[in-house]
Parts: sequence; C-alpha cells; structure tokens
Amino acid sequence: MLMVVLRRLVLAICLMGLAAPAWSIAVDTPLDDPVLEARAHAIHKQLRCLVCQNQSIEDSNATLARDLRMLVRERITAGDSDDAAIRFIVVRYGDWVLLRPPVKSGTVLLWFGPALLLILAIIWLVISYRRRRPPLVASTAPLSADEQARLKALLGDGGPT
Amino acid sequence: MNEPSLEPKPRRIWLRLLPLAVAMIIGVFLFVGLSLRPKEIPSVLIGKAVPEFDLPALPDRPKGLKTADLKGQVSLVNVFASWCVSCRAEHPLFMKLKAQGDVPVHGLNYKDEGPAAMAWLTRYGDPYDRVGHDLKGRVGIDWGVYGVPETFLINAEGRIVCKHIGPIMERDLEEKLLPAIKTLRQGGVAQC
Repeated sequence: MLMVVLRRLVLAICLMGLAAPAWSIAVDTPLDDPVLEARAHAIHKQLRCLVCQNQSIEDSNATLARDLRMLVRERITAGDSDDAAIRFIVVRYGDWVLLRPPVKSGTVLLWFGPALLLILAIIWLVISYRRRRPPLVASTAPLSADEQARLKALLGDGGPT
Repeated sequence: MNEPSLEPKPRRIWLRLLPLAVAMIIGVFLFVGLSLRPKEIPSVLIGKAVPEFDLPALPDRPKGLKTADLKGQVSLVNVFASWCVSCRAEHPLFMKLKAQGDVPVHGLNYKDEGPAAMAWLTRYGDPYDRVGHDLKGRVGIDWGVYGVPETFLINAEGRIVCKHIGPIMERDLEEKLLPAIKTLRQGGVAQC
C-alpha cells in the first residue's frame, strides 16, 4: 500500500517537472541594436508594473510587464523618442505607471510636502528655543556686595574658629 | 519673560492631549485606508472614445469586434479569458443579462487561444453578442486592461463611461451598472 502511494508521489513530482515551462517567466527578445536596447531598459526602469505594483516593468515577471517591455521596444524602434514612448503608455494607463510622478497641482504636496514639513519644523524649533526660560546659572555678572557678603557667610570666612 | 523659578511650569492641557490627538488623526487615516482599494487603478480612458481597433472573431464564431460596433447604442464590453478563474464567477450574471436581452454584452477575449476560448464558451454558455479575439493582448493594452476580468460601460456615442475592475457581482450590476445604463438611455450623464 505504502509502495503504491510512494510510487504515485514520485510520478506526480516527475510530472510537475514536465510542467516546468509553465512556471518559467516570459522571456524577452532583446533588440539587436545595443543602443536602442539600452534606451529600452532605461525606459523600462521608469515604468511601474500594473500587476505587481511597486515594481518597475523591468523587474516584474508579469506577462503584462513583458508585453509592455516589448511595446516600448517596438515604439523606440519605430523612431519614438524616450518621452514619446513613455507617453504612449501613459495615455493608456495614466500617470499611475510613472515611478517618478510628474509635478502637477495634485502632486504638489507629494513633491514639496517634505520640504514644507522641514521648514515648519525649523520655525517651530527657533520659536521654542527663543521662548525657553533663561537658565538659572547662566548669569556672568559679577556678584553684588550683598551677594558677596552672603557667600562669605556661607563659606564660613576664615575657616574653623 | 517669566520670572525664573525652580518649580516646573504646569504643562498646558492641550500639550497633554497632543498624543491622543495625534493617535486619533492616525486612526482616521488608517480607517479610511481600510476601504481603499489600491489594486484598482482608475482608468484614464473614462469619458474618452473607445480606442481604434478591429479584432477578428473567435474561430467558428461570427462577428468580431471593432470600434464602429460600439457606436449607436449603450453596451457593455467584458474582457475575459478561458484561463481566468474569476471570469467564471461573473459569467452567470452575463448569461442572465443576455436572457433579459436588455443591453448587449460584447466580449474582448484577452490573450487566449481560440479553441480554448470556444470550448469555454460552449461549456459555460455564450452571453456575448460580438467577441473580438485579442490573442496578443495588444488591443487590451490600448484599452488600459491590466487584469482580467474587466468590464467597460460604453455609451451610444462610443465613449467609455466607466470601468469595473475584477469580477462583477450581483450588487455591482444592480447598484452600479444597471442604474447607469438606465440614465444613459434617458439621455443623462452617468457615472459609476
């Protein structure tokens, strides 16, 4: 009984090996021209994958990412500039695909928010620093005659009597 | 300035409540975040004319799908594939729509082998009026498709009114699509 189960298990594992092509990632066909191919890679890195989100299409194994990589290659082979090739994708999928979002009214806070926070923090720091109570021992003015006398008394002037 | 004193100044009440306020603000953001769906990327094609395309029919099935077919009446375009599991979940709803005969549903068969698609339609039923066979997925890209299933509502002028990402559930149909279709038919402006 056990042997039968084992044999089936081995068979199943072997069959999984046969299905390996199904796991393999979609392979790109690079362009013959190394200059164009380098340009394509540079564009791929700027485009966000819609399926795996937060990966660029350069890094993604999704089939749509591969299709988009091939599409970019097609566009630049056809003579598109880098910007035109990127725009081609943006027209279809929106700014969402840009890993570097454009500066627009909707993204102003995204771009300049951190700088704004920094400025606000500095202003707050300066104001609170100024408002701080003067330190108790910071006075460097010489002691008054009254204070001198008190000090003398405290130190017991002249040692033990 | 204040007179220097050794007693610590009593902290203002709002300063003590500050941590609570910060926690509440973060809480509001997290709460809103619960209902966000970051997987659903809004389409930029809403309000625009459907892309120019002309797709062949599936083997042994009449009527392919092209841009001109989507003008003249309100229709739905459903992106489907035989390899897509959630397409099967929404399929009965399209069968029901077909039985009601109210609104034509066209299919965009995305990156699918013709025979496999036909076998799928034979097995689960064929709710579609026209079906375009997008073997390479290039027309899908023109439509901004990034996952299957997706469903587009097209108005009589051939403009995309809205896009539903993922399988359509009874509720989406009743609360979103059917009311929008009704509004469009009455000449209104629909959103969904």
